[in-house]
Amino acid sequence: MKILVFISHVPDTTSKINFTPDGKAFDTNGVQFVINPNDEFGLTRAMWFKEKQGAHVTVVNVGEATAEPTLRKALAIGADEAIRVNAKPTDGFFVAKQLAKVVSEGSYDLIIAGRESIDYNGGMVPGMVAEMLGYHFVNGCIGLEVDGNKATAIREIDGGKETLSFDLPLILGGQKGLVEEKDLKIPNMRGIMMARSKQLTVLDPTSDQAKTTIDHFEKPPAKAACKLVSPDNVDELIDLLHNEAKVI
Amino acid sequence: MSILIYAEATDGKLKKTAFELASYAKATGEKVVALTINANNTGELGKYGVDKVLQVTNEALKNFNPKAISEVLTQATQQENIKTIVLSTTTDAKYLTPLLAVKLNAGFASNVVALPESLSPLKVKQAVFTNKAFAITELHAEINIIALSKNAFGLKESTGAAETVSFTPNLSESALQNHVTDVSKATNKVTIADAEIVVSGGRGLKGPENWGMIEELASVLGAATACSKPVSDIGWRPHSEHVGQTGKPVASNLYIAVGISGAIQHLAGVNASKVKVVINNDPEAPFFKAADYGVVGDAFEVVPKLIEKLKAFKAANN
Repeated sequence: MKILVFISHVPDTTSKINFTPDGKAFDTNGVQFVINPNDEFGLTRAMWFKEKQGAHVTVVNVGEATAEPTLRKALAIGADEAIRVNAKPTDGFFVAKQLAKVVSEGSYDLIIAGRESIDYNGGMVPGMVAEMLGYHFVNGCIGLEVDGNKATAIREIDGGKETLSFDLPLILGGQKGLVEEKDLKIPNMRGIMMARSKQLTVLDPTSDQAKTTIDHFEKPPAKAACKLVSPDNVDELIDLLHNEAKVI
Repeated sequence: MSILIYAEATDGKLKKTAFELASYAKATGEKVVALTINANNTGELGKYGVDKVLQVTNEALKNFNPKAISEVLTQATQQENIKTIVLSTTTDAKYLTPLLAVKLNAGFASNVVALPESLSPLKVKQAVFTNKAFAITELHAEINIIALSKNAFGLKESTGAAETVSFTPNLSESALQNHVTDVSKATNKVTIADAEIVVSGGRGLKGPENWGMIEELASVLGAATACSKPVSDIGWRPHSEHVGQTGKPVASNLYIAVGISGAIQHLAGVNASKVKVVINNDPEAPFFKAADYGVVGDAFEVVPKLIEKLKAFKAANN
């Protein structure tokens, strides 16, 4: 089985988000970048298929050279090889076009992506790639088993879950549940050393253009101070929620 | 020019988001066309500004099928000569919209939180970095799709009536192929996605055996229950209750956090809620900086008191 995992290079979940003074770009100063958490759940599930079923795992990122440490981390966790499409990831459509090309040239059985990246939260890339290629697609995936040419996927729905069955190849937008938090792997020294010599192929982008452009960014307005209510007077809280906030 | 909305229904009943999309589309000043699939009472949409309903009735679409629905929406877009489509950010809409965007070769902006800044060119405000910031984005394809964040606009009634016409799409066998083998769904519980109020517990509750009061508080308020990430990671509560950056997003009217300190990832995930209340014995907990109302106190004393007083309040106000 050949697996391809999409890797987004995103600011660490604890990052404070700032922009350049003109508001036109994300200010990466002092920001630590990581594998997008939703992608990391998928990568870890791919590692399970590698260990148990001998899968070959490739990771791919659409990004500039600054994203390479994130790909190396995925290799250190255990991916076999990496691909970077050398382009600024301008919008979901553009990124999907780049990835669709990589997918179509690699004869992968399973393509695992995160349900969304935690930077732009578009949640559109995996579904777009699937539709561009006519592949089966499941989103919000919280469980996956593969038996021969058949995949059984579980997807989260409002108030429950749905089980789906597909012939491979399959593209999925995954999230926590594919593996548990405790299953996530911190690369060890051996993995880090081995990652240095693994193949990282850099590809040129296609000529596709983005269909959306970010004009500028804004930060949320400063919040009014929290109104404190004494624990001995919860009636006041109820009164505030009813008469002031009008939410009960 | 008309705007097309996809008015989602569950078991024949239109969702609240359907009326929110209608209110939003109407407020742009354009004519509003709504597409519904196996929905009853489509006339209701008129009250929120829909001019025309394209009603699809098809047994084969009884179960959610993103491929088929995106195909239906594509055909409706072509028939009505639509240039702007508005969908919601429900679980199902998030699944099907990327497929639709590719079918229509459309521009797509998700998590839109306000009326467009302009319609031509289409310019919208999106929540990005998990609600830590906004992007003002221009969509420049011939057809453009925006996904409106749940509860970002609200409901606005308007006068007028919707004309309902039946719409019969041509669906190929491959689009109608069913992949679903099982659905399990709790029918008697308020879901986090649909809840107006969410009551959430954190590690401050000390153990899963203490969740009774969270559930009771939720039940008094007709709320959904949720929890912080550490609580789901140690298995006190199921993952489906985890809210935050890597869990479920919350965009309720009221979010009550009990014994949750307010890690940056948690706050990002619940920030879209309109009003936030925190109950925590640590006055230094970061949640107090993000909340509208706070009680510094022992949850084990405050919550039972709150339940008792809320019961009295509900009895007096019903």
